[in-house]
Amino acid sequence: MNKLSALLITSLASISSFADWEVNMPRGVSPTANAAYDLHMLIFYITVVIGVIVFGVMFYSIFHHRKSKGAKPASFHESTTVEVIWTVIPFVILVGMAVPATKTLIMMEDTRDSEITLKVTGYQWMWKYDYVEDNVSFFSKLDNKSNEARQLGSKIDVNKVDNYLLNVDNEVVLPTDTKVRILLTASDVIHAWWVPEITGKKDAIPGYINELWVDIKKPGVYRGQCTELCGKDHGFMPIVVRAVPKQEYVKWVSLNQKNRVADKSE
Amino acid sequence: MSTNIDHIKEEHHHQPSGLMRWITTTNHKDIGSLYLWFSLLMFFIGGFMALIIRAELFQPGLQLVVPGFFNQMTTMHALIMIFGALMPAFVGLANWQLPMMIGAPDMALPRLNNWSFWILPFAFTMLLSTLFFESGGPAAGWTLYPPLSLQGGNSMPFVIFSLHLLGASSILGAINVIATILNMRAPGMTLMKMPIFVWTWLITAFLLIAAMPVLAGAITMLLTDRFYGTSFFTAAGGGDPVLFQHIFWFFGHPEVYILILPAFGIISTIIPAFSRKKLFGYDSMVYATASIALLSFIVWAHHMFTVGMPLAGEIFFMFTTMLIAVPTGVKVFNWVATMWRGSMTFETPMLFSLAFIILFTIGGFSGLMLAITPADFQYHDTYFVVAHFHYVLVPGAIFAVIAAVYYWIPKWTGKMYNETLGKVHFWMTTIFVNITFFPMHFVGLAGMPRRIPDYAVQFTDFNMIASIGAFGFGLSQLLFVYILFQTLRQPVTAADKSWEGAEGLEWTLPSPAPYHSFDTPPKVD
Repeated sequence: MNKLSALLITSLASISSFADWEVNMPRGVSPTANAAYDLHMLIFYITVVIGVIVFGVMFYSIFHHRKSKGAKPASFHESTTVEVIWTVIPFVILVGMAVPATKTLIMMEDTRDSEITLKVTGYQWMWKYDYVEDNVSFFSKLDNKSNEARQLGSKIDVNKVDNYLLNVDNEVVLPTDTKVRILLTASDVIHAWWVPEITGKKDAIPGYINELWVDIKKPGVYRGQCTELCGKDHGFMPIVVRAVPKQEYVKWVSLNQKNRVADKSE
Repeated sequence: MSTNIDHIKEEHHHQPSGLMRWITTTNHKDIGSLYLWFSLLMFFIGGFMALIIRAELFQPGLQLVVPGFFNQMTTMHALIMIFGALMPAFVGLANWQLPMMIGAPDMALPRLNNWSFWILPFAFTMLLSTLFFESGGPAAGWTLYPPLSLQGGNSMPFVIFSLHLLGASSILGAINVIATILNMRAPGMTLMKMPIFVWTWLITAFLLIAAMPVLAGAITMLLTDRFYGTSFFTAAGGGDPVLFQHIFWFFGHPEVYILILPAFGIISTIIPAFSRKKLFGYDSMVYATASIALLSFIVWAHHMFTVGMPLAGEIFFMFTTMLIAVPTGVKVFNWVATMWRGSMTFETPMLFSLAFIILFTIGGFSGLMLAITPADFQYHDTYFVVAHFHYVLVPGAIFAVIAAVYYWIPKWTGKMYNETLGKVHFWMTTIFVNITFFPMHFVGLAGMPRRIPDYAVQFTDFNMIASIGAFGFGLSQLLFVYILFQTLRQPVTAADKSWEGAEGLEWTLPSPAPYHSFDTPPKVD
C-alpha cells in the first residue's frame, strides 16, 4: 500500500513538473506537413459544426420531447423530401472536403525535381541512412541513456533522461530549403518512417522502395518514431533529423565522407 | 397461454438435464444464452488484457511487463474482443431474437446452431493456450502482417487454426441466420415489414459469408509460407508482403461492419420504443444498411494508405471511404428524427442507446478525418486511430449489446432488472469510457504511435488519465455482472410487453418466452 501511494505521489508530482498537455497535431515545418495540418484542422472544424447541429437538435428533443413534460408522440415517420435533403447536403460537404484533399495528395506524391536523395532502410530495430549522391552512410539507433533507462526494472527516472526514447546515437542531417527525396525500404519486416513536423509517415517494406519528399523550411531538430509494429523493440527505434542551412550541410557531408574513407583504409 | 406452459413442460421432459442439456441443446434460446455468457466471459478476459496494457502505460518506462509480452497482450486483446466478445454477443442476440421477431418456433438449422456455438470454446482454448507456450502467444498484432507474423514462435499455427475454427463457426451461424430469415417468417411478414434488427442481421450474415473465407485464405497462405516453403508474402522468394494487407483488409473492413450493423439494428429498435414513436425512415434505414455493406467491399485499402499505393489508388479509396459518411449520416439523422416530437422516457436501454448515438458519431467524425489520405499520413498507426476504433467499438458496438440485454432481459427471463442500478451502471460506464478513450485522440495527434509499450515523457499525463479511466471502466462492468445475477434471482414479474412503447412479435409472447417461440405462426398484416 505504501509502495502504491508512493507511486501515486511521484506520478502526480511528475504531472506538475513535466506537464505537457498537447492536444493537437504540431504545425509542420515543411510544405507537406503544413498541408496535412491545414487539412486536419479544416475537416475537424467541419465535423465540429456538424456535431453541434446534430447533437443540438438531439438534445433539444431530449429536453423538450419527454414524457415527463407531457409530450405526446407525433405520428410522422417518413418524409422523402427531408431524406433527400439530408442525403444530398452531406454529399455536397464531402465534395467540398475531397477537392482540397485531392490537391494536397497530388502535391505530396510529386517527388520530381529533388536535389538530394536519402535512402532509409529499416532494420529490427534501427535505421540505416544512405546519402545516395554524397556517399555517406551510417546506422542510427536509440541512444544508450534511453536504452538503459527503458529496461524493465532499471530504476532510472526516465523523466531525467534527455529526450527519453526520442534520442539516437547518429542523427540524420538534412539541408533546409532543399527538396529531399527519401527512399524507403526494409531488410527484415515492415517498418514506417515518421517525423510528424517534417512529413507524414510511409512504410518501409522489404522488397519495395517507397518514396517521400520533404523540404524543411526551418533549421532545428525534429524527432519521430517507427510507426509500424516491427517486433519487440518497435517502440525503441526513434528517428532524429537535424535540419541545417545548406552550407553547414555541405560541411557535414565532407566531414563524414572523410571519416568513411578513413574507416575503409584501416 | 396454458397450452404454451404445458408445452414447455413436455419439452423439458425429452431432454437431458445438467451439463448435457447445454452440450446437446438445439434450442435457439439455450444456444443464444450460451453465446451471450461465453461472450461475457471473453469480454472479461479481453478486458483483463486491456488492463495489463493500460497498467504498463500508466507511466513512461517499463514497470510491469517486457515489450514482447506487451505485444502479445495487444494482439490477444484484439482477437479476443473481436472474435470472442463482440461477434458471439451479436450471434447470441440473433439466436434469441430472430425467431421471436419473425414469428418462428426456432432457428432453421438447430443442429448446425449447436455446432456453431460449441466450436467456439475449443477455438478459444487453443488460442489462449498459446500464452503459456515457451515462445509465447502471437505478438504481431491482430492483423498478423507478414513478414513479422512469420517470425513468430510456435503459437502461429495454433492461432491460425483457431481463426479457421472461428471463421467456420461464423459462416455456419450466418447460413443459419439467412435460412431462418428467408424461410421462416410469419405469413404476411414481407421483407420490407421485417423488424429492422432482422434486416441488419440478414445483411450482416451475407457479409460474414463473403468475408470470412477471405480471412481463411489469407491465413492459410501465411501458414504455407511458414511451413511449406511457399513465398506468397516474402519478398526474398519473389512474394509480396503488401499482398497480405490487401487480402486481410478485404476481409477486415467488412468485418468491422459485421461488428456494427447489428448494433445499428438494436439502436433502431430501442430508440422508437422509448420515444413511443415509429422509427423514422424505415425504408431508408434498410437501404442505408445495404449501401454500407456494399461500400464495405471497396474501401479496404484505407487501412493501408501508407504502404505506398499509386496516386490513383489512394484517391479512389479516399473517395469511396468518404462516401460511407452518407448512409451512416442518414442513419444518425433518422434516429434523431425518430426522437423528434416523441414522448421520451430514459430507462437504461434508452440511455445506452442515446450514448451510442453521440459517441458512435464522434467515432464516425474521427473516421471521416482518417479517410482524408494526406491527413491520414499523420494519423495512421497513432493513438488517434486507437481512439477512433475504440469509440466505434466500445460505446458503439458494446453499448448496443448492453442496451439490448437490458431491453430484452425481461422477455428472456420474465424478470426485471433493477432500474436504479442500471442507471448507475450506465453513468459509470459512459463517464469512464470517455476518460479512457478521449485523451487517446490527444496523444495520437501529438505523435504517440500505437502498439508501443513505453513512450516519451510528454505523453505521460493523458496516458495516466486513460489508464485510470480504463480501470474505472473495468470495475463498472463488475456492476453489470452483479445486476445480471440479481435480476436472475428475482421472481417472475415482468409483463408480456415489458416496455410501454415496445413493438414487435416478441412482445406478444409471454414473459419469459416459451421454449419454442411460436408453435403456430402469428399473422402479420
